[in-house]
Amino acid sequence: MKYETVIGLEVHAQLKTNTKLFSTSNNEFGDEPNSNVSVVDLGLPGVLPVLNTEAVRLAIIAGLNTKCKINKKSTFARKHYFYPDLPKGYQISQYDEPIASNGLLVVNVDGNEKKIRINRIHMEEDAGKLIHDLSDEYSLVDLNRAGVPLIEIVTEPDISTSEEAVEYLKKLRKILVFAGVSDCDMEKGNFRCDANISIRPVGQKELGVKTEIKNVNSFRYVQKAIEYEITRQANVLDKGDKIIQETRLFNAGTNKTYSMRSKEDAHDYRYFPDPDLKPLIIEDEELERISSDLNQSYEEKLSSYISLGLSSDDVEILLSESILFSFFDKSLELINEPKLISNWIITELIKYKSDIKLDANNFVELLKMVKAGSINNNSAKEVLSKIVVSNESPEKIVKDMGLTQESSEDFLISIIDEVIEANPSEYERINNGEEKLLAFFVGQTMKLTKGKGNPQIINKILKEKFNLS
Amino acid sequence: MYKTIEDINKGYKKKDFKPSELVSEYLSEIKLKDQKLNSYTEVFEDLVFSHAQNLDKEIDSDNSILDSNILFGIPIALKDIFLVKDLICTSGSKMLENYVSNYDSKVYESLKITSCLLLGKNNMDEFAMGSSTETSYHGPTLNPWDLNRVPGGSSGGSASAVAAGLACASIGTDTGGSIRQPASFCGIVGLKPSYGRVSRFGMIAFSSSLDQAGPLCRTVKDSAILLDSISGYDSKDSTCLNLPPTNCYTELCKNDFNLKDFTIGIPSKLLDIGLDREIKTNFDSLIKELISNGVKVVDIELPNAKYSVATYYIIAPCEASSNLSRFDGVRYGHSTDYKNVKDLEEFYIKNRSEGFGDEVKRRIMLGNYALSSGYYDAYYLKANKVKEMIVSDFNSAFNNVDCILSPTCPELPFNLGEKKNDPLKMYLSDILTIPANLAQLPSISIPLSLSKNNLPIGLQITGKKLDENTLLKVANGLENLIGFSATPKG
Repeated sequence: MKYETVIGLEVHAQLKTNTKLFSTSNNEFGDEPNSNVSVVDLGLPGVLPVLNTEAVRLAIIAGLNTKCKINKKSTFARKHYFYPDLPKGYQISQYDEPIASNGLLVVNVDGNEKKIRINRIHMEEDAGKLIHDLSDEYSLVDLNRAGVPLIEIVTEPDISTSEEAVEYLKKLRKILVFAGVSDCDMEKGNFRCDANISIRPVGQKELGVKTEIKNVNSFRYVQKAIEYEITRQANVLDKGDKIIQETRLFNAGTNKTYSMRSKEDAHDYRYFPDPDLKPLIIEDEELERISSDLNQSYEEKLSSYISLGLSSDDVEILLSESILFSFFDKSLELINEPKLISNWIITELIKYKSDIKLDANNFVELLKMVKAGSINNNSAKEVLSKIVVSNESPEKIVKDMGLTQESSEDFLISIIDEVIEANPSEYERINNGEEKLLAFFVGQTMKLTKGKGNPQIINKILKEKFNLS
Repeated sequence: MYKTIEDINKGYKKKDFKPSELVSEYLSEIKLKDQKLNSYTEVFEDLVFSHAQNLDKEIDSDNSILDSNILFGIPIALKDIFLVKDLICTSGSKMLENYVSNYDSKVYESLKITSCLLLGKNNMDEFAMGSSTETSYHGPTLNPWDLNRVPGGSSGGSASAVAAGLACASIGTDTGGSIRQPASFCGIVGLKPSYGRVSRFGMIAFSSSLDQAGPLCRTVKDSAILLDSISGYDSKDSTCLNLPPTNCYTELCKNDFNLKDFTIGIPSKLLDIGLDREIKTNFDSLIKELISNGVKVVDIELPNAKYSVATYYIIAPCEASSNLSRFDGVRYGHSTDYKNVKDLEEFYIKNRSEGFGDEVKRRIMLGNYALSSGYYDAYYLKANKVKEMIVSDFNSAFNNVDCILSPTCPELPFNLGEKKNDPLKMYLSDILTIPANLAQLPSISIPLSLSKNNLPIGLQITGKKLDENTLLKVANGLENLIGFSATPKG
């Protein structure tokens, strides 16, 4: 039988706030276990949650960037279950009244536009983490992540293929990163995806029974998990069996999904409004203020960069991390060389992105030296590797390292004469038309100048000497 | 040792006694009487005595502090539901038998600034669930007026201690009457402020939308002094109102009011629930006296108040079942020997089954049932709708009256064990106190009289939301009119 697929996605993205959703602990990944933990995160007796307004602002920005309606009133509920990574015995999560709803995201798949409706965006707190492999006797609990703010973005079942699903996720990720809402670093787990998948015979109106694939943490895995699940479900139906509504886990080793729990063992979460938190009311003026502060949309930014003459591939890379495009924007204000800046950011600066101390002023100083020819590319890369962590003046480093480029023609001609004298046979061969030896002479000259010779000028002099065009 | 805050402050000023002398007296009274009463879970003998000695010196060097700060050197106690840094806080439960807090509750933080003296922690029903202090893991507290009877609950330890002169005052909590009912049973004053007046931060939660801290003490003025010091905005509690602390004591001291200035409402129909005959007689004769003194007394209707108990016993257990989820024995609290359990689920089950007492388990089950999928609308949602109706009943009543008067309890203090195995009967004894919690209103119990058997009868006065000033003026007026001065014999 021929089937069509219906997919809905739920994405959890960690919000890029300084502190947690309901406490003043740092929201920081990778610190010493249980170092970012307060009495509130520990769920000690008597503690109470206080909502982080910055998280609310970011959730609103996420909503505005996905064309959602921002709800004037939203509420927080308690979702109950027992697990050692959940200190209070419940997770605080928006439930029947989310902060944003009815959005839309348009993706392009093979040149076709596909509209994917967003059902809702709601705020919730993350759980901690269990570590099982450090002791035979115990599992260890790290609560650094407990209480970290998340938004969950839930689509309508508008997605029909694994390619659409991946395109949707990529686009959503770009939008959230660009808007400064989340780092969306999948390796750090701050962008996680659950997929709801069902199939039905082509032409059938009602939806088939769905399965939910939990926590698939890369785009490739999402694609593989969905494809596996479509085939699996089709095989079940073809055999005349029924799909069981269940939660399944994707195993990246086997590329298969495995049953985790069926609907029958699903928890009863006993949701009810958290009496420690008042309803969240977004006043019109506040929404107005956030909307008017909003930067360009991702698409607007993209086309503004393209109009500067950058290639769309380069722009994609620039827009993939806020540190990259904000560095680009700052640099562009100091020197009107979009391509030069972009090249240096996406080929060199990108290598250091996690620990950049460099400011745009010193970066642009370096680019100016490259452009003026007072330093060659290789030396400039070396300088960059130093100033990126120290933010020292590039001129000082160039001087300290003796890297200033030699562009004086008289000086270079005298060196070239030395090279010719030392290599008579090569000289004869090039004069007899063996043009590929040009590179040999450039190299020897560079060697004698200890790398400081300006390669363009050396090239020019040599070509004149050998009458090459 | 039946001194009020005002008495002690005067005594200090006149140099009749020093803080350390006074504290020694309280400590020896506690030693003498509390083995029987069991009103304290812990007494901080050394801590409070050395604190008092420091205050002796402060007064010696500059006694003007006694003018600006009336709570200076006042020996008080706290219900064992308030966390104090480095001290054990059990909430009357085996679950928290050895639990030492690593931070201060807001209530204690506010009191600490006044340099009052903390004598100890008072016994209470486990996690504040009960009306008799019999559900405490530390054993029952007795009523100093009759050692065969309960002191009420859940702040029964606080009420018993204050009534017996083992503390000048104590701070308790009131979710459905847990300050006012024991105050009534023990013949003292107990004030539940408007919801949101006092921060709940650092107070172990029972039912978050109803819990409110307040004083148990000897006089209305003392209750005003304590309310003024513990109320006010706290950024750590989102449900705490953004208002300055109250200024009730200064207002009371102006003495510029008369009972005749106020209109008093009586919910006659609600009182047809079968009040104890002596209570009814005493209450009725007070009303007659008021009328003959020219006070305006009118009948009011609270048509939905009769649903209060049913409403309360949905909302409170729902919230309690959720609030108590954190007591799982994983990070702190009672934990079974993990070597004897086969998996995580059994670990949770044993920790909680061993750590909680029967009444707490009963309410967790009630709450979990009412919140379970498919029942939420029928119970929690519906209960909250009824709560709104009760609120609007009070709103219309308060269009015509300033305060509402009733007995605090429908019955006299009952015998130990009398209702322990009949929870429904126990729940019904809160019928007159619960409405004020549901409607978030300030409400106070003051002593009205003694029964023939020498058991205290309490009078409850309930005011408009956030109008503690008027409430305490009326209460002070009634207190003066009634002139209750009896103390327990023992």
